[in-house]
Amino acid sequence: MEFAGEHLLPGKIGHVFVLLSFVSSLLAAISYLYGTLLKQPEERNSWIRLARKLFIAHTLTVFAVFAIIFYICSNHQIEYLFAYKHTSKELEFKYLLACIWEDQSGSFLLWSIWHCIMGVFIIFRANSDEKKSWEAPVMALVALVQVFLAMMIMGVELGPVKLGNSPFMLTRNEISAPIFERADYLSMIKDGVGLNVLLRNYWMVIHPPVLFLGFASTLIPFGYAVGGLLTKRYGEWVKPALPWTIFSACMLGVGIMMGGKWAYESLSFGGYWAWDPVENASLVPWLIITGGLHTMLIFKATRHSLRASYTFILLTFLFVLYSTFLTRTGILGDTSVHAFTEAGSAMNILILSFLLFFTLISLALFVINLRKIPALHKEEETNTREFWMFIASLVFFLSSLFISFKTSLPVINKLFHTTMAPPENLEFSYNKVMVLVAVILGILSAVTQYMRYQTTPPGTILKKIALPTFIAAIVTALFAWLLPVQYYKEGAGFLAAIYAALFASVYAVVANALYIQTGLNGKWKSAGGSLAHLGFAVMIIGMIFSSGNKKVISEEKFKTVALPTSIDPLTKKEDNPAENINLIRHVPNKMGDFSVTYLKDSAGHETGRRFYNVLFERKNNSRSTQEQFILQPDVYIMKDNNMSSNPDIKSYLSYDVFTYVSYAMNPEKNTDTSQFRISELKEGDTLFYSKGWMILDSVVKNVQVNKFGITPNGPSVKACLRVHGKDGREWQAAPMITIDSMQIKQYDDTLYAENLFVQFAGVSQDQQRIKVGVKESSQLIDFVTLKAYVFPGINLVWIGLIIMTAGFVLSTIQRSRMKKWAAAAFLLITTVSMLYMFLLAH
Amino acid sequence: MKKTHIILLVVIAIAIGGLLALSADFSTYDTIQSAREKQGKYVHLIAKLDRTAPIEYDPANNPNYLAFTATDSLGGITKVVYRNTKPTELEHSERVVLKGKMQGEVFECSEILLKCPSKYKDDKKQLEKTVEQKS
Repeated sequence: MEFAGEHLLPGKIGHVFVLLSFVSSLLAAISYLYGTLLKQPEERNSWIRLARKLFIAHTLTVFAVFAIIFYICSNHQIEYLFAYKHTSKELEFKYLLACIWEDQSGSFLLWSIWHCIMGVFIIFRANSDEKKSWEAPVMALVALVQVFLAMMIMGVELGPVKLGNSPFMLTRNEISAPIFERADYLSMIKDGVGLNVLLRNYWMVIHPPVLFLGFASTLIPFGYAVGGLLTKRYGEWVKPALPWTIFSACMLGVGIMMGGKWAYESLSFGGYWAWDPVENASLVPWLIITGGLHTMLIFKATRHSLRASYTFILLTFLFVLYSTFLTRTGILGDTSVHAFTEAGSAMNILILSFLLFFTLISLALFVINLRKIPALHKEEETNTREFWMFIASLVFFLSSLFISFKTSLPVINKLFHTTMAPPENLEFSYNKVMVLVAVILGILSAVTQYMRYQTTPPGTILKKIALPTFIAAIVTALFAWLLPVQYYKEGAGFLAAIYAALFASVYAVVANALYIQTGLNGKWKSAGGSLAHLGFAVMIIGMIFSSGNKKVISEEKFKTVALPTSIDPLTKKEDNPAENINLIRHVPNKMGDFSVTYLKDSAGHETGRRFYNVLFERKNNSRSTQEQFILQPDVYIMKDNNMSSNPDIKSYLSYDVFTYVSYAMNPEKNTDTSQFRISELKEGDTLFYSKGWMILDSVVKNVQVNKFGITPNGPSVKACLRVHGKDGREWQAAPMITIDSMQIKQYDDTLYAENLFVQFAGVSQDQQRIKVGVKESSQLIDFVTLKAYVFPGINLVWIGLIIMTAGFVLSTIQRSRMKKWAAAAFLLITTVSMLYMFLLAH
Repeated sequence: MKKTHIILLVVIAIAIGGLLALSADFSTYDTIQSAREKQGKYVHLIAKLDRTAPIEYDPANNPNYLAFTATDSLGGITKVVYRNTKPTELEHSERVVLKGKMQGEVFECSEILLKCPSKYKDDKKQLEKTVEQKS
């Protein structure tokens, strides 16, 4: 059958490019392998020359695939399933990119693009024989990974098995619905499904590329390590791999925290970290590569810890693959909110074989060569820098194993047919271990720098660390006195552990700052490491305060009437703090230090999006307003009355006020059926309604100014009524009627607080009284349910991250021998853009 | 790289092992029937929303009280009380994971995870439904 209006050409071209990219990556991998393993240097070089051409051709095909997908999405060609699933016409242009990474195959493509870019970079920088001798094995690995990534998006049927999911599948082939029997189906389906509303946030444009750059860059040190094993240059790989390792740790760290910032700004779980399996899956490689980074430094300085470096660098990449397996095969399904769903069992098998292939070849190579990897067999002193650095790396590694083990419960259940589930208090089950990790790492990063490699003269250490220890103790004591951490929920033991972590982090900040000053004599070029430590510690301090002192201010106990917390008769436990508060339009409510009023709602650009203007006022003792601001949390209300909520945040230097709508009514469903009840009144008369009474004070003719801001063109009459609620509150109501070129208009007045409409309905027959209509809505007129938090010190988390990134960038620069101007530009651009994105953009 | 390392490794292994043991406070996945037998114990239920029974939620009166009925694949049925706001898309969930405790005949739920078709667009059946609605 001929289908009208389809554009099949882009899909066909795209499919050809996908196939080309598979073939070129396979050939490039083989050529690079020959370029690595052949004996004769001339032969090797000729294979490498061929391989380079193939890899560059491969890069072009990958970019072509990406360009075609972008073309299909930006033109909303919904005959393609990709465009149908992820785009819609209302979508802002910038989110077209987010559409691409929302898709499983699109995100594989993104990953692939980063490998290509880094590969081309390596090719162009390999200008000496030494560098070429590393290019071959590293690129062989890169090309091999690209083979698998190309397979993921190939969508070729081999007998009964379909290899990968093509991004160019047609909607009518994939979805069976009667509508696709018609030749003119495209004229009937108007628009695509569109981007998931949770992903419509600017972080979703930037966070996935950065995180995937982090994932992709772990392949380069892995390539160097495997290359070292393949070419029997067991120790030499460390030096060229080091800048890549630092770069990778930096990108991964930034990518993870960008995800945290996104969650904080657009998910309503109220925080930036929830120990969700998907978050953990990206944290684990970061912890391992950070450990590996330190053992590599040890090796460079002392020749110790080579095997540990191998272990950590190999495992980093393998855990990246493992996290791909966890998040994309649907195995996490029951434990995570934001994993991709499974894309069919053939795809799952492909992903699993991707993981197993690299695990088997790299670990087999490692085990075979283990005895040949040189290790120093002499007794090690405990008062050396390398010893304690090694301990720190080990702690990083063990904590990653702990997190990985807990995250892998669904895998364990599947393998051993157990029914283990996460514990009741998930957060605490992680925090109680990680707080100790923070204590150890904080203290080690404070003290270890003052030691020397190989040997430290006894006694000097104590002298050097006396001052930072003293300052840190004082600062921690000041914190405990002035800004105590009030996290009593998990008992005194945990609170003590938090204080220990606070001390360790302050210690790390002080000691590293002083070390830059005294140990390095203020030489900023070599201060990268200390700066990264300092930033990391500041981040931990921020986490302690923002999580430890996070306060729900929409709780019951902050409301106007203080209810005693009671024991729930059913659960025999203290009442679940009701953390949501109902705000009726125009009725102020007390929340913490604030008086909060819901002012109005308004529609957004996208269908179903509604913004709620909520006024926060802080009053001082004399009850005058000290400051006020309006927050606009918004929701998407879907057709079926379901909604998705986006928070709004007011940021102060020392804390954030964070609020989101936890329940909102669909205004379209809220039609009012009750009628006006008309009464005739003269001035001074009283009229009762169910919750109080009102008195007609006066009737004013020809009003110029009124509360509606309308200047009448003709005669007008206004009734002034005083309304008394049963609870003693008082309001004014002033309904109005105007006669405008022979047309009568009524302006009703609304008292949202009492669910009351008041109408000037006319004048009585004898002209002595006026008719006042009163309507009490049976339905609620307008309210919104809010949840609000205060996050103290959250800016420290972002500031710490920025400092840490600057430190990482500084070390990368220092170890990769960049040109001065390039280095300065690199540092400036990363720091400024991070500052802008994390602190100013909101 | 010998004695001291080994000693420290052992110490750390013990510390981590101990912490693992401490943190091995896992709960379990249960059926409604087996949860009923474990009164007051924290469990995970994999269940379905019973669409024939009413969902009790009156946000104007109390936004922090939701009650509904859940069934599981083994035919168990229970009333569920969730003292929080109604999760969006509850009505459209295909499957729910309920975390909480059985108290008598009522499941006191502290967290609800939804398997929502709209979050899971890759689900073809749901896309088929969407096509039907749009056309």
